[in-house]
Amino acid sequence: MTTSASAVPVPAGRKADRNGRPRGANFLKMMPLAPAIGLMLVFLAGPILYCVYAAFTNMALTGTGAANVKFVGLDNFRKAFGSSAFTNSIWLTLVFTLISAIIGQNTLGLGLALLMRRSTKFVRNFVGTAVIGAWVLPEIVAAYLLSAFFNDDGTLNVILHKVGLPGQDWLYAAPIVAVSIANIWRGTAFSMLVYSAALSEVPKEIEESAEMDGAGGWRRLVFVTVPMISRAIMTNLMLITLQTLSVFGLIYAMTRGGPGTKSQTLPLYMYEQAFSFSQIGYGTAIALVMLAIGAIFSLIYLRGLNSEAA
Amino acid sequence: MIARDRISKLTANLILLALGILFVLPLLWVLFASVNRTAGLRVELPTSPTFANFKAVLNVTTTYRPVLNGLILCGGAALLTMVCAVLAAYPLSRFKTKFNRPFLLTVLFCTGLPITAVMVPVYGLFVQLNLVDTLGGTIMFMATSSLPFAIWLTKTFMDGVPISLEEAAWVDGASNMKALRRIVLPLMWPGIAVVLIFTFIGMWGNFFVPFMLLLSPERLPASVSIFTFFGQYGEPNYGQLAAYSLIYTTPVLLLYLLLSRKLGGAFALGGAIKG
Repeated sequence: MTTSASAVPVPAGRKADRNGRPRGANFLKMMPLAPAIGLMLVFLAGPILYCVYAAFTNMALTGTGAANVKFVGLDNFRKAFGSSAFTNSIWLTLVFTLISAIIGQNTLGLGLALLMRRSTKFVRNFVGTAVIGAWVLPEIVAAYLLSAFFNDDGTLNVILHKVGLPGQDWLYAAPIVAVSIANIWRGTAFSMLVYSAALSEVPKEIEESAEMDGAGGWRRLVFVTVPMISRAIMTNLMLITLQTLSVFGLIYAMTRGGPGTKSQTLPLYMYEQAFSFSQIGYGTAIALVMLAIGAIFSLIYLRGLNSEAA
Repeated sequence: MIARDRISKLTANLILLALGILFVLPLLWVLFASVNRTAGLRVELPTSPTFANFKAVLNVTTTYRPVLNGLILCGGAALLTMVCAVLAAYPLSRFKTKFNRPFLLTVLFCTGLPITAVMVPVYGLFVQLNLVDTLGGTIMFMATSSLPFAIWLTKTFMDGVPISLEEAAWVDGASNMKALRRIVLPLMWPGIAVVLIFTFIGMWGNFFVPFMLLLSPERLPASVSIFTFFGQYGEPNYGQLAAYSLIYTTPVLLLYLLLSRKLGGAFALGGAIKG
């Protein structure tokens, strides 16, 4: 048994010894990354680059853009920002993200995680199962369930009638609110899980000593507990924002973006332009705007993680 | 002091119960409608419960083939994701090179990109490569789209396995891959199972990707073929739709039960995500 240092790969956390090692060794060590990198280059980087190219052309499935594809410069973007349907979809996407992710899922998830620490085991299990159950349901099934729930004859109106309030067809009267609530119903589990994990690492003593010092429930929450899980809040907010930006199936199955365009968020608008109207060039320009929004959020998130870690 | 504590516990329980009931409410319709032969969108207790809806949908075209397609598609994609993610996580977790940090940052960045946005160019790419309407192509794309998140989670779980055992194996002349297979994987299989199951659940529910990339009815997975209940024929049969929804949901419920019984449940995932 030899203990020559060169046979032992350098473990994480120690400084790599690059001097005594042939250059190929490092390369060989990293070889297991190849399948993942290959797939991501072909099916992720490739389409994104293609997106950047097609967004500046008049590519289409029918008409002039189908016969000869031409560069049209910024025309697609000019068309988008001048179109009321596009600005409408941007606006709706922002409302949808704000209501369903940042306010709904995030706050409700944190609230559930906090309350679950003080509850009995039975209640905790019941609520946990109900919330996570809504999360593991397939997207389309969730959409049907919520459509039925918000329907004219649906569960919500039955309850409203029981307590003497007027009901209505919610998918028609307030479609963006209905799909936002649907997204809260479906997505809250994620925030709940992240916050439960984060809260389980907050030492009980710190909160208890704050209580001893006379800090009441709300003050303790705002000044002691929340700062201690700020990193988890940051991570969670970013991830759910990004997930919510690209929600398609839920809205498509519930309202198809309608009535009219009253719940047509950016992904649905892109789908309609690219496939229903065959405007691939214009559709990819919208996709590029979505990617840019995602990329900006993603970068803020990375910066946040970095500065926290430092 | 103790009385106040008891009151606050009681309020916590009551609020939680109320929230739990709110989450259960939408589920009532699917349960009632599935056993009601004349179900509509109205939620009502069926007067004479029947399994006729289940009988009606349990045939090859409506249920068996789409579910089987879904199992092949999502099972294949989830396995491919997992193999690539484990292989990629090993060097990232074990060796410190200049390459690690930029790669991990890229991976994190990719988890943030809206996959929906890439679907238009992906469709173009699939047309170029003649991959439209093939299970293989769709599997590879689905695997790729969940790969960044899976690599990230797998690396987090792998970091939890102490490196000292491998160092002994390396000294004994074991190769990296052998150390990974014999030492690391057996020690982190609960983490692997958590990532695998959540990858599968995510794919099982995914509608948009197979909806765009697959065309022929005989290749469509359950997540897309459920849409055919709303055909050109006007009002769908809601009872059958509800029964089918329940059947289609069963695999992920079973996986979730497995997860919560054996692996500490979804809470293990929360721990890995919050970083």
